[in-house]
Amino acid sequence: MSKTDKTNPKTDWGGIAKNGMWDNNVVLAQSLALCPLLAVTGTATNGLGLGLATTFVLVQSGYLVSVLRGIITPQVRIPVFVLIIAALVTLVDLAMNAWMHDLHKVLGLFIPLIVTNCAILGRAESFASRNRVMPAAFDGLMMGLGFTMVLMAVGAIREIIGSGTLFANASMLLGDAMGFLELTLIPDYRGFLLMILPPGGFIALGVLLAGKRLLDRGVAARRLAGPDQASGPEGQGAVA
Amino acid sequence: MTTVSNPTYRQRVGYQAGLLGGFSLVAAALLVMGDIATRDTIAERNAEDLLASLAQVIPASMHDNDLLANTMKLELAPGPEAADADDAAGPLIVYRALQGLDVKAVAFEVVGQGYSGPIHLLLGVDAGGRVLGARVLAHTETPGLGDKIEVDRDDWILAFDGRSLEDPTAERWAVKKDGGIFDQFSGATITPRAVVKAVKAGLTLFESHQDTLTASAVMVEEVPTD
Repeated sequence: MSKTDKTNPKTDWGGIAKNGMWDNNVVLAQSLALCPLLAVTGTATNGLGLGLATTFVLVQSGYLVSVLRGIITPQVRIPVFVLIIAALVTLVDLAMNAWMHDLHKVLGLFIPLIVTNCAILGRAESFASRNRVMPAAFDGLMMGLGFTMVLMAVGAIREIIGSGTLFANASMLLGDAMGFLELTLIPDYRGFLLMILPPGGFIALGVLLAGKRLLDRGVAARRLAGPDQASGPEGQGAVA
Repeated sequence: MTTVSNPTYRQRVGYQAGLLGGFSLVAAALLVMGDIATRDTIAERNAEDLLASLAQVIPASMHDNDLLANTMKLELAPGPEAADADDAAGPLIVYRALQGLDVKAVAFEVVGQGYSGPIHLLLGVDAGGRVLGARVLAHTETPGLGDKIEVDRDDWILAFDGRSLEDPTAERWAVKKDGGIFDQFSGATITPRAVVKAVKAGLTLFESHQDTLTASAVMVEEVPTD
């Protein structure tokens, strides 16, 4: 694959993007970071907030690990990666406590828990330490965006069905200018407690996972059927 | 074997250890810088949070001082209801609301034993022993059932406003199920029972220390603390 072949200078930006957002998505494909996902996605805003914090750490750690990959030895690479990630997360935690205090109170201990997010250490080890700086940072960005998308999707499902609102408290994260995002989709909603509690998180996640599998299967089936139809009755052999 | 990309000095233990140590030093330096840059702002935010909570239990019209500036520390013997080790250790911080030098009201934290852990309440009491307001600061009660003690979810906690140890009388300071006057929640009795008990304990505490707590403030030189 071109993105891990060091002798080939061409970077497959599109491949990295598709990999991070869909094929190797942190939650839907790798099934990582499920604990913060379930705990934080009571509302879409909280999911977005944690997703952005995680994306920031992914980009910075990808960048730093790639810049320093020349001097880090294989024998001590894991402690060094963890040190870099932990220092970054602590700085993010301090910054949020100081300048996004309300969101910090809501997200609570899940900001420091970003350190334990296996996806970050995983990308550092499997991609950033073996690739150049810009591709590594871009990979971190794409992985982070894919994760944020899933966080927002699960958060939106749980929030709409559970409380009837969408993007409640958006002004906490995005500033008062974005207050228009706060929608009440079902007025005077009695609430569906199950969706706010952990079982609702599992159910929403299961639905999303099933949806991804169906989509992938549909695309693959169409790709298999396509060349046969295009080549007509002569038919080609098996599609690679 | 030495190569251009992996010279032998990299494989020496000294290099590895030095590398790890070097990274630790740099990380520590960055964290110290981050802490210095944010420490004051974080302290300001925490003070704002505390003032916002206090404002809910002591109306602004009652005092002209900064509630955080006139605190009093009460040494308490850990009673049988000492919730956990954190509460047993250390004195109770009492926030005093002053008008001039007269104490008009005080506010302090009380802890009750809820269904699934301690319930931390902020209790505001006027100088005569009447409840000005009670607000839940932190709890781990069941969402949808016990969390009705939060003022955002239900008006239940407002039932304490204006109450004192005479109103209602001692045996009526309980939930209706126990012969008292306070509502319980259908499906959750332990939570409201714990809050009622905690508020009553807070009033009792105030009564036993009333003279100390409401003694007029004395003009003192501002002693820098910490």
